[in-house]
Amino acid sequence: MAKKIAVETTLNGEETVFLCEPRQTLLEALRDNLGLIGSKEGCGNGNCGACNVILDGVLVNSCLVLAPEIEGRSVVTIEGIAEDGELHPLQQKFLEHASLQCGICTPGFIVSAKSLLDDNPDPSEHDVRLWLAGNLCRCTGYDKIVRAVLDVAESDA
Amino acid sequence: MQAIEFVAPTTVDEAISALAAGGGRARPLSGGTDLIAQLQEGRLALDTVVDLKRIPELMAISISGDGLTLGASASCHSINANQAIRDAFPALIDSTHLIGGTQIQGRASLGGNLCNSSPAADSIPNLIAHSVTCNIAGPNGRRPVAVEDFCTGPGRNVLEDGEFLVSLDFPTPPANFGAAYLRFIPRNEMDIAVVGAGASVVLSDDKSTIQSARVALGAVAPTPLYVEEAGDALAGQPVSEESLAKAAELAKAAARPISDMRGTIPQRKHLSAVLTQRALRIAIDRARGTKTVDELGRLNGHG
Ligand SMILES: Cc1cc2nc3c(=O)[nH]c(=O)nc-3n(C[C@H](O)[C@H](O)[C@H](O)COP(=O)(O)OP(=O)(O)OC[C@H]3O[C@@H](n4cnc5c(N)ncnc54)[C@H](O)[C@@H]3O)c2cc1C
Ligand code: FES
Ligand code: FES
Repeated sequence: MAKKIAVETTLNGEETVFLCEPRQTLLEALRDNLGLIGSKEGCGNGNCGACNVILDGVLVNSCLVLAPEIEGRSVVTIEGIAEDGELHPLQQKFLEHASLQCGICTPGFIVSAKSLLDDNPDPSEHDVRLWLAGNLCRCTGYDKIVRAVLDVAESDA
Repeated sequence: MQAIEFVAPTTVDEAISALAAGGGRARPLSGGTDLIAQLQEGRLALDTVVDLKRIPELMAISISGDGLTLGASASCHSINANQAIRDAFPALIDSTHLIGGTQIQGRASLGGNLCNSSPAADSIPNLIAHSVTCNIAGPNGRRPVAVEDFCTGPGRNVLEDGEFLVSLDFPTPPANFGAAYLRFIPRNEMDIAVVGAGASVVLSDDKSTIQSARVALGAVAPTPLYVEEAGDALAGQPVSEESLAKAAELAKAAARPISDMRGTIPQRKHLSAVLTQRALRIAIDRARGTKTVDELGRLNGHG
C-alpha cells in the first residue's frame, strides 16, 4: 500500500489536515476519513452529480478529484451550506416545494444550485435546467427542484 | 482504485522526469474527468499519477499578437469565463460549453480532451478548424505537432514515454475569419457525439468569396478526421449554398464510421454532410459578423 499523505486544506471555511492514500478520491476522503457523509456516491464516474462540491469556487464532481489534489485549496461541501445552524434558503425551499423523495440526490442538487446562484443570481428556468443537467434524480421528475431554485432566486431579487 | 503514487511537480522539467521515471506506468493528470474515471473502473492500471495543474504554464491562458496560448490543463470553466477568448475565439466556446455538464467543465481541460484521443472528443474537430499546433515537451526537448496529426487511433496519439502536452497554440485569426463546432446527440446534454463537425472559413474583404476553409469531423473514423479536400474545394468559391453542399458531400465521402449503439453507418454518413454544411453556414455568418455564441448555443441544444 502506498504511504499515506497529509493534506492541508480549507474545508467549509476551516483549516483542516487529514491523512489519505493517494488513490483515494476526494469523495472517499470526505466520507471515510473525515466523516462528512453528506456528499453521496451515486455512480462514481462523473455522471450523476450526487457527490458535487465547490472547489476553489468552482463546481466539481468530488468522485473525479484525487484527495491529494486539494492540498492548499478550499472545498465547500453540503455540510458547509447552512449558516449558523440556519438552513440555507435553498434547503428551506427544497422542503417547501417537496423537492426530494428518497433524498440521495439532494446534497448534490443543493451544492450545484448554490454554485449557480453564486454565479448568476437571476437565472431563467432554462439557465437552471442547463446548469443542473449533470445532476440526476430518479424520484422527483426534476420539476419541483427547478421550482425551488427559481423560488430562491426570485425571493432574493 | 488500486494503489498509486501521486506527484504534483511545479515545473515542466520536473514533470518530464516524473513521467520518464514511470515509463508507461506514469500518466499525466489534468482535470481527471477521463483519467480518474478510467482508474476507478479498472480500465487503466498505473503506478504514478503526475498532476500537471501546479505548473503555471499548463494553466496559463494568454492572448498576444501571436495568437492564443492555452495551457493544456486549463479547465473549460476557465476558458468559458475568459472574456478575451470569447471575443477573439468565440467558436472555441462551442466545444467548451458542451463538454459534459457544469461540474465536468469545472475540471475538464482541452489538453485532456485531446490526449484522451477519443474519436468522438468534442474539442478536436474544433481545434483542427482553428489550425492549432500542439506544444509537446519531453526528455528530448520541445516539439510542435499539428493537431490534425496528433491522434493515431482510438485512445492513441503521438506522445512518447515521458512526453506531455504543454499548450495548444492558436494562430491569430486572419481578418474575415469565422468558425463553428456542432455535434448531434439524441439528448440535449451529457451525451457522446454521434457525429461532430468543426469548420472554419476565411472570406474575401467584400465577404462574398471563400478564400480558404477547413473542415473536420468527429466520431466517424478511428481518429478525429481532418477533411482537407472539403476545405480545398471551397477555396476561391463564392459564398453559396451550392459551394457548401459540395464540401458537405466531400465530408460525407471521407467519413468512414462504424455502426454502434449510438448510430448506424448510413446515419453517421448523412449527419457528416448535414453538420458540415450547417457548421460552415455558421462559420460564414460569424465571419460576416452576424452570429453570436448564444444563438449557436441554441443550435447545439442549449436553448
Ligand atoms: C459525465 C461525463 C461527461 C463527459 N462529456 C463529454 C463530452 O460531452 N464531450 C467530450 O468530448 N468529452 C466528454 N467527457 C470526457 C472528458 O470529460 C473530456 O475528454 C475532458 O476534456 C478530459 O479532460 P481532463 O482534463 O479531465 O483530462 P484527464 O482525465 O486529466 O486526462 C485525460 C487523458 O489525457 C492524459 N493527459 C491529460 N493532460 C495531459 C497533458 N497535458 N499531456 C499529456 N497527456 C495528458 C491523461 O493521462 C489521460 O490519459 C465526459 C466525461 C464525463 C465523466
Ligand atoms: S458519484 Fe460523482 S458524479 Fe456520481
Ligand atoms: S429524490 Fe430520490 S433520486 Fe432524487
